[in-house]
Amino acid sequence: MNKTFFKKYFISGPYLFWMIAFTIIPICLVIYYGLTDKSGTFTLQNIMSITTPEHFKALWLSLLLSLASTVICLLLAYPLAMILKGLSVNKNSFIVFIFILPMWMNFLLRTLAWQTILEKNGVLNTLLEILHLPSLNIINTPYAIIFGMVYNFLPFMVLPIYNVLIKIDDNVIHAAKDLGANSVQTFFKIIFPLSIPGVISGITMVFIPSLTTFVISNLLGGGKIYLIGNIIEQEFTTAYNWHLGSGLSMVLMVFILLNMILTFKFDKGEGGAVL
Amino acid sequence: MNQDKLIDLVNITKSYGDNIILDDLNLYIRENEFITLLGPSGCGKTTTLRILGGFENPDKGKVIFDGKDITNLPPNKRALNTVFQKYALFSHMTIAENIAFGLKIKKKPKSYIDDKIKYALKLVNLEGYGNRSPESLSGGQQQRIAIARAIVNEPKVLLLDEPLGALDLKLRQDMQYELIRLKNELGITFIYVTHDQEEALTMSDTIVVMNQGYIQQIGTPEKIYNEPENSFVADFIGESNILSAIMIKDKLVEILGARFACVDTGFGTNQPVDVVIRPEDIDLVKPEEGTIEGVVTGLIFKGVHYEMDVMANGHEWLVHSTDMFAVGTKVGIHIDPFDIQIMHKPESEDEEAVSFNE
Repeated sequence: MNKTFFKKYFISGPYLFWMIAFTIIPICLVIYYGLTDKSGTFTLQNIMSITTPEHFKALWLSLLLSLASTVICLLLAYPLAMILKGLSVNKNSFIVFIFILPMWMNFLLRTLAWQTILEKNGVLNTLLEILHLPSLNIINTPYAIIFGMVYNFLPFMVLPIYNVLIKIDDNVIHAAKDLGANSVQTFFKIIFPLSIPGVISGITMVFIPSLTTFVISNLLGGGKIYLIGNIIEQEFTTAYNWHLGSGLSMVLMVFILLNMILTFKFDKGEGGAVL
Repeated sequence: MNQDKLIDLVNITKSYGDNIILDDLNLYIRENEFITLLGPSGCGKTTTLRILGGFENPDKGKVIFDGKDITNLPPNKRALNTVFQKYALFSHMTIAENIAFGLKIKKKPKSYIDDKIKYALKLVNLEGYGNRSPESLSGGQQQRIAIARAIVNEPKVLLLDEPLGALDLKLRQDMQYELIRLKNELGITFIYVTHDQEEALTMSDTIVVMNQGYIQQIGTPEKIYNEPENSFVADFIGESNILSAIMIKDKLVEILGARFACVDTGFGTNQPVDVVIRPEDIDLVKPEEGTIEGVVTGLIFKGVHYEMDVMANGHEWLVHSTDMFAVGTKVGIHIDPFDIQIMHKPESEDEEAVSFNE
């Protein structure tokens, strides 16, 4: 063991400590609780409880809403990233700045603001009333939750796609046109395939927090719509059944791992795409 | 060589903001010609190529291709293909897919495409590389694939934007011969952009020397080298002694107070001119045998020849010779009449601005 070896470990020490204390050990605890019952004996009951209609419905709704918000984010973010790529450096850094600006505000505050906007007598409906349009009943519906997810997670979709797009050499696009491709062909055969690492990265960064959220569904779903995140939260904070909560968390982890595997497969260490 | 004009650039002007890149440029290109646009960076050579390729629109002027005005035609509608400086291969496709790209867009049958891929890979000496990814190839190989990708479309004209710029010296020289061979095998027009004068001299049928948006001289490599029209061309192409002189009368020029016989006529009498004398054209002789007398002040061994500085009549002459004269040796300078190239002094401010020298 030479000096550099020691140095390396010394420098990574704080991070290793942090990882072990706050990631590895908690995960081990989750697995322990998830696979045991209150008396401490091994059981698969906690994991299997996902098959109860109540839990399964929550998981299904979570997947559905996360998927919807991911698709909407992608449809909004891709054109925006394309526009940003086309702008001059000064202009696009300004717009990226504007885009990130809301992220400086607290996540809870932002979501609470949406509550105010979407409420029965909220900003949106007041505006619609002034315009003599029928009022909308969005708050406390799954749509409000999708709104909240899209609003909160959109920057995480825009940035990785933008990062990939600006790295595409203009001459590659010119080459495609030079070889006879029109703008549509150039997009689908060259630009989009080259941007897939960014898209995959964006999908991961929107899908996973959407799937696990309980704050957005609490605030914008009025406590009536249960996502899998809400169920798990209640098991820990209200029902004090850590075993069941851990079991359900492990089920959720499977979905997250599936998503991660997909990401690594496509990203191939291309880098840059991940923030 | 076919004398038909294939491409005609008429009064092309292009500027970015206040920065004029091309000012009223006129240039025609013949069929089956290897033409090189040569000049320092910012001379407008790349912009000219981009206008030809359709990636830039000129502010003024017309691009005539095969008798048709194509000024406003987008790149994908033009019957010419480009080889880009940094290859610009599609990294998400295999070599074969890269080469097939243009043909697939044109919806050619699969058997035709397969034949073409084979033919193109053979042409650039990369048979069997079809299934590899672009990243697995070296720079020179990638550049050859970029050429293959362009020529399978059977363009009438191939535009090459400093294609050898990123390669090392040995590879660059090999690729020069490769490009000449390709050009002869394909029988199409090559328009080549470079800042490397050696590349231009080796490969071209015609060289267009450009500077600051103006064409300085158009001619064969020999003509450009031996008879530069102004001091910019003389200085940019090869090494040279450029001096102010007075044309006493036809075939007699006074340089630094000494009279030399030359072969140029028609400059008038007692006219101020510029003369260019290539360093290899200066003969060092015994002091009493030369037209002027000087002393060697510097000596460097360059391999093929010695490079010497000779101080004579208040000017430091650059001389290349296979004979060595030690520093301090008194020598005479002799120049054969046909080795003295007389050039007009720049007339306008514009031309003055492009001159490198005092």
